[in-house]
Amino acid sequence: MTLTLTLVMSILLAVAMLILAVMAVRGKRSLGISILSAGLVSLLASVMFLLLGAPDVAMTEAAIGSGLTTFLFFFVLSRVRRGEHD
Amino acid sequence: MIKRLSLILLLAGLGSVFLGLMLTYSADESLNQTASYYAEHTAKDLGAANIVTAIIVTYRGLDTLGEVTVLFLTAAIVGLVLAQAKRREPGRALPPAGELLLTGTRLLLPLILLFGAYVFIHGHLTPGGGFQGGAILASAMLLLLLSNPLQRFSHRLITVIESASGALFVFIGVLGIVYAGGFLDNRILPIGTFGELFSAGAIPIIYTLVGLKVGAEFSSMLVSLSETEEL
Repeated sequence: MTLTLTLVMSILLAVAMLILAVMAVRGKRSLGISILSAGLVSLLASVMFLLLGAPDVAMTEAAIGSGLTTFLFFFVLSRVRRGEHD
Repeated sequence: MIKRLSLILLLAGLGSVFLGLMLTYSADESLNQTASYYAEHTAKDLGAANIVTAIIVTYRGLDTLGEVTVLFLTAAIVGLVLAQAKRREPGRALPPAGELLLTGTRLLLPLILLFGAYVFIHGHLTPGGGFQGGAILASAMLLLLLSNPLQRFSHRLITVIESASGALFVFIGVLGIVYAGGFLDNRILPIGTFGELFSAGAIPIIYTLVGLKVGAEFSSMLVSLSETEEL
């Protein structure tokens, strides 16, 4: 029972990650939404690592992948935009 | 047309490679030789409940030193490149941070710092360790910077923490050569009772140093990124 529940959750997570990854790559709406969906992919990946029994990898992924990297992308994006206006 | 065709060919090739990998994959039934050595000897020899930590800090401690060095080089290069950039003048008005962000920062900041310290001090008992704890510490700094982008941190303090913990890390490693089996051997201190906080020899000390070092490196990158305005 618990095994099937984990399986269903993993499949749902994988589908959500794929959708978000496609959203991030296509970037139809704006670059901000692309960055946010890339960060969400990392966040869901960390949940996936937790389900696969690797809590330490999940911690790193959540802190660096979805936290610091998203900040870095937004920072660079704001700097690039400022360069456009000048 | 040729571009699209080659793209489809590339995708098909990648797909067949991964399909081949997936079809021939079979899960291991038992641990291999190295893994079973670690599984049998870690608790007895090193006294660490978390085998991953024992491998990272003791068996493969030199690799960890290399990883920390790579991170240090990255932080140094970011600092070097951004040192020539224009500083953001402190007087410029920014839109104030929202009430939610400010209150959330005040509430969560001590908790995040405490959790980061917990993760690296308990590295030998629970999942996680120096790198994870350091990244959590840096995310606390990130929250502080988000709530007030004009916040200034002492670069000197960050540098002192970073270099002191790095030097102590190497010093403990050398002590391992003198007093125990080799570089970064954790048995320079008594192993203690299995599963207690002050056990597993030097592992808690080494992981605290690694955590402080990683946290300081990430923080210095974040701070120098947010302080500069333009290249």
